[in-house]
Amino acid sequence: MSPNLVKSASSDPLQLQADVLVLGGGPSGAWAALAAAEDGARVILADKGYLGTSGATAPSNTGTWCVPPGENRGQAVERRWQRTGGLADQRWMLRCVDQAYDNLLKLSEWGYLFPHEDDGQLYIANLRGPDYMRFMRRRVLKAGVTVLDHHPALELLSDGDAVTGASGVDRQRNRNWSVEAKAVVLATGGCAFHERILGATGLTGDGYLMAAEAGANLSGMEFTGKYTLAPFETSLNKGLPYRWATFYREDGSPLLDANGDQVSNGIGEREKDIAKALIEGPVYARLDQAESALQDWLRRGQPNCFVPHDRAGIDPFKDLFRITLRAEGTVRGTGGIMLATSDCGTGVPGLYVAGDAASRENMTGAVSGGGAVNSSWAIASGWWSGKGAATHSRKSARKAFRSVSKPLGEAGLRPSGNARRDLRSADIIDAVRAEVIPLEKNYFRQGTTLQTSGERLENLWQDVRQHLYADGPERVRSREAASIAASARWSVASALARDESRGMHRRLDRPGNDLSFARRIIVGGVDNLSISRSEPGREGIAS
Amino acid sequence: MIEIISETRCIECDICVKICPANVFDAVSDSAPIIARQDDCQTCYLCEIYCPADALYVAHRADGPLSITEAEVEQRNLFGSYARALGWKRGKAGGTENDPTHRIRVAAV
Repeated sequence: MSPNLVKSASSDPLQLQADVLVLGGGPSGAWAALAAAEDGARVILADKGYLGTSGATAPSNTGTWCVPPGENRGQAVERRWQRTGGLADQRWMLRCVDQAYDNLLKLSEWGYLFPHEDDGQLYIANLRGPDYMRFMRRRVLKAGVTVLDHHPALELLSDGDAVTGASGVDRQRNRNWSVEAKAVVLATGGCAFHERILGATGLTGDGYLMAAEAGANLSGMEFTGKYTLAPFETSLNKGLPYRWATFYREDGSPLLDANGDQVSNGIGEREKDIAKALIEGPVYARLDQAESALQDWLRRGQPNCFVPHDRAGIDPFKDLFRITLRAEGTVRGTGGIMLATSDCGTGVPGLYVAGDAASRENMTGAVSGGGAVNSSWAIASGWWSGKGAATHSRKSARKAFRSVSKPLGEAGLRPSGNARRDLRSADIIDAVRAEVIPLEKNYFRQGTTLQTSGERLENLWQDVRQHLYADGPERVRSREAASIAASARWSVASALARDESRGMHRRLDRPGNDLSFARRIIVGGVDNLSISRSEPGREGIAS
Repeated sequence: MIEIISETRCIECDICVKICPANVFDAVSDSAPIIARQDDCQTCYLCEIYCPADALYVAHRADGPLSITEAEVEQRNLFGSYARALGWKRGKAGGTENDPTHRIRVAAV
């Protein structure tokens, strides 16, 4: 490194106190911070990256699941519920659309510029990621929240009864930080298994591992079979333009489905045909089903989808371009930390969860919530978790901060055996990816393959747990590797337990639904896993 | 991934160091920042639009580096091209009110 790099020499740790600590600076974290601050709580938001650009939303353009109040609201929810593989919960869906609608109107009142429809009505069912998150940052700062950018959390703190804060590293100043808090909101996002998709650098499942170490359960972790089309080797996992695509083999011949019809519209049922073809060889696409007005809307409305093409010198409406299916882990999957209470409590006192860090099965069951449902869920769950955390902090107001807080982090921080410097975080992540990324293992699943993956991940976990170690800012990478390995292990164990096919969990050896599996798969534990099924009719907690 | 910081365009404001969610850049005193951790780049293009000088270029390949020169980026008018498509200018946000995505969603049904 060059000697004139601007780095603070200070290594004194940063120690702060708050009523509510929010971990994560995507939309759900921002809404949580706003909600808690509105209730008068002293709030700190610590993000791995930068509040405004972190997370899956900021680089993208996302729809919202926007259902206005009125008589059709119940029907809209019922229709959506029909598509969730029977695992969603209409009570949660209804309260989510109501809360998201309220908050979208707040955005407009605060000055976010939504477009107008031809009849002059404001169109609030879409948010442009970079603008939305930049706007949220300003709002959060204006609310008096202390924002710590580039402060990844490494672990939670606990006094034995409740979560009492978190600690981590200020990676741009190379110093430790810790925040003692009366309540913590995990808004750390999902786990994308280091796939190079928009926003995924920070989405390594850190919150899942932290929550599990504190004793929380996870649910729906088998639903990691969501993949989205992208131009080959690019980060643009945005499916919408492929609604107007046709698909081709490497020799230029049209890709045909089982009936001999040419495959077009890659975001519906045809996706499976494309996945099969991609296992066999390269696949190309062309957006030739879009007429000229639509081409203009696509270019102006989804400009980042065209950045890779423009830079590669390709006209995607006329030229064939090679495509891939990018794995999206739990980001557009639905699994995550299980909710125990309506205010997004995890069941661990003082620990709340929001956005993709939480299981989204209540909203979208076994199918992907895509951008839209997940976006509304981030808004609503962020709000509830912030309110829940603020309320909890008031209840525990009389308790002074206790000096007996202990750090809960284990894997990647405190190996149970000898630290092995030759065990590299990057190698661990590669080994995990070999089990959970390939289409032939994770898009199309089979018991035997899952069994083998499970054994490999178990061995890998033993290595991680016993030997993985780093110090200084490198702990961020070792914790990410541990979180990715843990997330994959929970995912494969849950996929083995779901002995049927449902939604994005496609078991070639168990085609079709099994009524006895119309329940959640719940996984708990870090070293010793416990798997259980939710009670019938008790899928939506607290309903 | 991030490929180019144009030293001729860069005004040394270090905004990219601050806003990159993947912490790819390092600030250097009296100089343009450096790309210190290129492999961490998530190819989100956000540094480009936050740059007030259109001095950054992110290539479309996310899986690894590719070779492109500053001269080619300049000649093809690619510096700041994503910001222009969005309606952002000199690092300032703008353009959401003109987003025609609602028309796409109607057409997609």
